[in-house]
Amino acid sequence: MLNNLFIGIGKKTFALLYFLGGLSNLVFHSFYWLFVPPFKKERFFEQAKKTGVDSLPIVSLIGLFIGVILAFQTAYLMQRLGSEIYIASIVALSLVRELGPVITSLVVAGRVGAAITAEIGSMQVTEQIDALETLATNPIKYLVVPRFLALSLMLPILTLYADLIGILGGYLVCVYKLGISSSLYLSITFDALLYKDLFTGLLKTVFFGMIIAFVGCYEGFNVEGGAEGVGRATMRSVVITFILIIAADSFFAALFYFIFP
Amino acid sequence: MLEIINLNKSFNEHKVLDNVNLKIERGSTCVIIGRSGCGKSVLLKHIVGLLKPDSGKIFIDSKDVTNLDEKEWDKLRMRIGLVFQGGALFDSLTVGENVTFGLMEHQRMSSKELLERAEEALSLVGLCGIENLMPSELSGGMKKRVALARAICTKPEIILYDEPTTGVDPITADGINELIKTLHDKLKVTSVVVTHDMKSAYKIADKIAMLYQGKIIAEGKPENIQNTQHPVVHQFINGLAKGPITEALECFK
Ligand SMILES: Nc1ncnc2c1ncn2[C@@H]1O[C@H](COP(=O)(O)OP(=O)(O)O)[C@@H](O)[C@H]1O
Ligand SMILES: [Mg+2]
Repeated sequence: MLNNLFIGIGKKTFALLYFLGGLSNLVFHSFYWLFVPPFKKERFFEQAKKTGVDSLPIVSLIGLFIGVILAFQTAYLMQRLGSEIYIASIVALSLVRELGPVITSLVVAGRVGAAITAEIGSMQVTEQIDALETLATNPIKYLVVPRFLALSLMLPILTLYADLIGILGGYLVCVYKLGISSSLYLSITFDALLYKDLFTGLLKTVFFGMIIAFVGCYEGFNVEGGAEGVGRATMRSVVITFILIIAADSFFAALFYFIFP
Repeated sequence: MLEIINLNKSFNEHKVLDNVNLKIERGSTCVIIGRSGCGKSVLLKHIVGLLKPDSGKIFIDSKDVTNLDEKEWDKLRMRIGLVFQGGALFDSLTVGENVTFGLMEHQRMSSKELLERAEEALSLVGLCGIENLMPSELSGGMKKRVALARAICTKPEIILYDEPTTGVDPITADGINELIKTLHDKLKVTSVVVTHDMKSAYKIADKIAMLYQGKIIAEGKPENIQNTQHPVVHQFINGLAKGPITEALECFK
């Protein structure tokens, strides 16, 4: 019984190390191939459109709702304390520092990360990855580099956009429902926000973007066993990305707390 | 010239290639026959370096390719074309882009030149006017021919065909055989064709080799293979349900 437990833990640890090893290998090679010519801009733009522009509708919708929810929930406490005036600053700070980056990253992980794994995974099972190699084209250069560049550049932009939409959501609630004046709401919002809030919020999404791209591609390349394997890998990819994003976020929260007090 | 020496390959304890030796002369066509799952595709993938041997060596033009790095492999791969069993067309690209993929990646060519090369390669496999279709819009046989066009578009010196006539109608199959013969006669292409279509094997082969239980059990000129005394080969080429191959399977059960 106890023996099995240890074997189980051992196996899991081994699998985890194997995963981390494979992932770091992919990261290393992607950065290497990033600097090897030729550079094909079109591939980057295509991915940037897929990850950035095409994610705008869902990011708008979710950003707006998060802003509205946040305003109502904060209002609940602030009205009891009689300080509705702080709703604006709390909404702005929690959006820009935390909720904007994390929610946008999770949405993009579900939308784009899953699509990456499914696409590369089906290329793997239909031997298209092998075909790339026989045509003397490196799959990392061709598939991973444009995706990881696009994600790590588009995710901060999407996050900035989600922050603004979220603040708009809070504004709508406070101005039209709670009767705070429009100019007061805006001035409090922009007083509360410091550059470092925006900066730390956006900086971490660069890393979240890389997590989405690398885990998505890694799981895609390692698909085994046909359509079922693609499904399994896609699920794994989304789960692992979520876990890594949340873990990285708590790391950044602690880090920024100490270096930008 | 292509030479395979003592090639061994296992996948988790399962031995697929067991000391394979094979020599293919420059400019000749070698047909490899064998049952499904006997390791024919695995053998081809070793020749282009998609799989690495557990032990053994492969020589291409007297150059040992077993320990090449990726850069050298890429150079070599520009001279080798592989037609995958399932086509392996890129389904996010059009037929035209698929066919000229190798040229687009490695040669500076205008889009007009590329279009010409695509049309040329496609007409060689008997297709025309489909450059702008997507692979998902093609039938199985057409996919196979587009894959063939992609492999010959870069004008390689060695072409490896993985079951080029399986799953296409008999007339197209004969067209593909003719194409392999033409490439062999006119361009002196070295060809390795994996098939279990004996009719096409006799038609195109300079040499036939049979792979069975991970070993080359017979090789020779088509007429020698046709009149073989070897019971396993005899059963296979005549397509008999009873014989040593199926008896061996009975034993396993
Ligand atoms: N990547 C792989 N991993 C594990 N087993 C493999 C792999 N590729 C091929 N095999 C096994 O090798 C054997 C030969 O496969 P293959 O070469 O595709 O047969 P065929 O002669 O029909 O082309 C099969 O039993 C297959 O299960
Ligand atoms: Mg095969």
